[in-house]
Amino acid sequence: MNISSGLFLLVGSFLCVSGGVGVLRFPDFYTRMHAVGVTDTLATAMILIGLMLQMPEGIVVLKLIVILLMTLFISPTASHALANAAMNNNLKPKLNMNEDSKGQTSSNP
Amino acid sequence: MKDLLAAIMLSGIYGLLSASFFVAMDAVDVAFTEASVGAGISTLLMLAAITITGHSEDPVRHKPVLAAIVVFITGGMLIYGTLDMPYFGTAQAPVHLHVVPRYITESMQEIGVPNIVTSVLASYRAFDTLGEVVVIFTAGMGVLALLSMVHGPMEKAEFESINDSMHEKYLILRIVTKILIPFILIYALYVQFHGDYGPGGGFQAGVIFAAAIILYAMLFGMRTARRVVNQALVRLIAAFGVLFYGSVGVVSLLNGKNFLDYSALSADPVAGQHLGILLIELGVGFTVASVMVIIFFNFEGRRKKSNTTETKV
Amino acid sequence: MILGLYNYWIVVVLMMIGFYIVIAHGNLVKKIIGLTIFQTSVFIFYISIAKVNGGTAPIIAEGIQLYSNPLPHVLILTAIVVGIATTAVGLALAVRIKEAYGSIEEDEIQKKDNLDC
Repeated sequence: MNISSGLFLLVGSFLCVSGGVGVLRFPDFYTRMHAVGVTDTLATAMILIGLMLQMPEGIVVLKLIVILLMTLFISPTASHALANAAMNNNLKPKLNMNEDSKGQTSSNP
Repeated sequence: MKDLLAAIMLSGIYGLLSASFFVAMDAVDVAFTEASVGAGISTLLMLAAITITGHSEDPVRHKPVLAAIVVFITGGMLIYGTLDMPYFGTAQAPVHLHVVPRYITESMQEIGVPNIVTSVLASYRAFDTLGEVVVIFTAGMGVLALLSMVHGPMEKAEFESINDSMHEKYLILRIVTKILIPFILIYALYVQFHGDYGPGGGFQAGVIFAAAIILYAMLFGMRTARRVVNQALVRLIAAFGVLFYGSVGVVSLLNGKNFLDYSALSADPVAGQHLGILLIELGVGFTVASVMVIIFFNFEGRRKKSNTTETKV
Repeated sequence: MILGLYNYWIVVVLMMIGFYIVIAHGNLVKKIIGLTIFQTSVFIFYISIAKVNGGTAPIIAEGIQLYSNPLPHVLILTAIVVGIATTAVGLALAVRIKEAYGSIEEDEIQKKDNLDC
């Protein structure tokens, strides 16, 4: 029980850190939003499941399940809200990232 | 920072970090309040303010060298002043010795509420909490006095067209929010009544309740929100919360005991304490929720009438 | 001796940062942000005083002997909510100043005042 709970917590923390690295390293707003939206939701879910395994009986598990459901609803919606706001305010995604050696951009479908 | 938006976001993160620090310091009630107020409502109010006052600041600093010197001297004097203070975490510090052992040991017998912070806040120091509720009410009145505007009725056709155009843009958000808002309100009620047994109480519950209403107002437009949440009713509830709190104290007076002495409220003193704590936390929750709603609605209502597309902050 | 006092020094550093923001920046909203930082540093001061080594949160539970001090928690709880209320009034004043003077930079407000006198 402790091992599996510790495993979930570790995976959750790793996902969180990788989401943070993604925010810093990705080139464009939309790619950053995608990175952090996906990894943060999954990281929170992993951490909550790890906490649930720490104490598998009692009212605490019920409360943690409710928090998990809420997070699954709210976190992707928040990412959507940010991306929607950026789109409505005309922030263009950066599409031409590839240039071959002759200096001409390749056509992106 | 030249951009106020970034500065406000950073101050929200600062509030959240200090909330997690409070958890590490075993101050769970305070952490709850700081997370909801400092990281939530405060950021929201500042953002609402800068939509009116402008997003960026002038990079000129007033005499930065002189200010830095003053700051260093003051900081040095303060650090010199802390050299006599007790070490971090000692159990023999003066703050732990005089009144607090009585609160900790007697609270369960005299009041019967496991959360010592709630028992101190609502029973031992209830008079301070009354003063503080009045301060919150006064701040709400101050914002009303400064920022309130009368809104004329909008043409029904214009209202419908704005609503439809916004509906397209914010469809996913509106649907998810419609599902979530009842749960947020239920959570606020849970926090309100669970304040005796865990972290919680009137302040946090009021703020969460107001946050649900503000979420609705942000996503569905101010006109719809004003129709759903009648402004006159909200002001009435704000005043009623303070009146309710004071009247609990007056009832104690009329029964022959001191002001806000809850043992006068019922035959059994402990039951009287429970009843008194419940009633005043309700009063606090009413006032805090309605004042937060009043403040937000008045900030939003002050934006220029020419800005008819409701841009989300 | 030095290491036992580090919590006060953190508080002093935060307080001075907030103080610097208030006196050196000209924008009114920035000053209010600085005041918020100052306020939060005072809260951290009180809460760090309340902590007892080996204590837990002051909620009575079975088998726990040592609790952290609940009295500063009560004070700071009320202080946080009062702080947000006064911040709201300050921001409302900033909005009204913007409407009356057209800007919230201190220099421009003073210039307009000097012109009007």
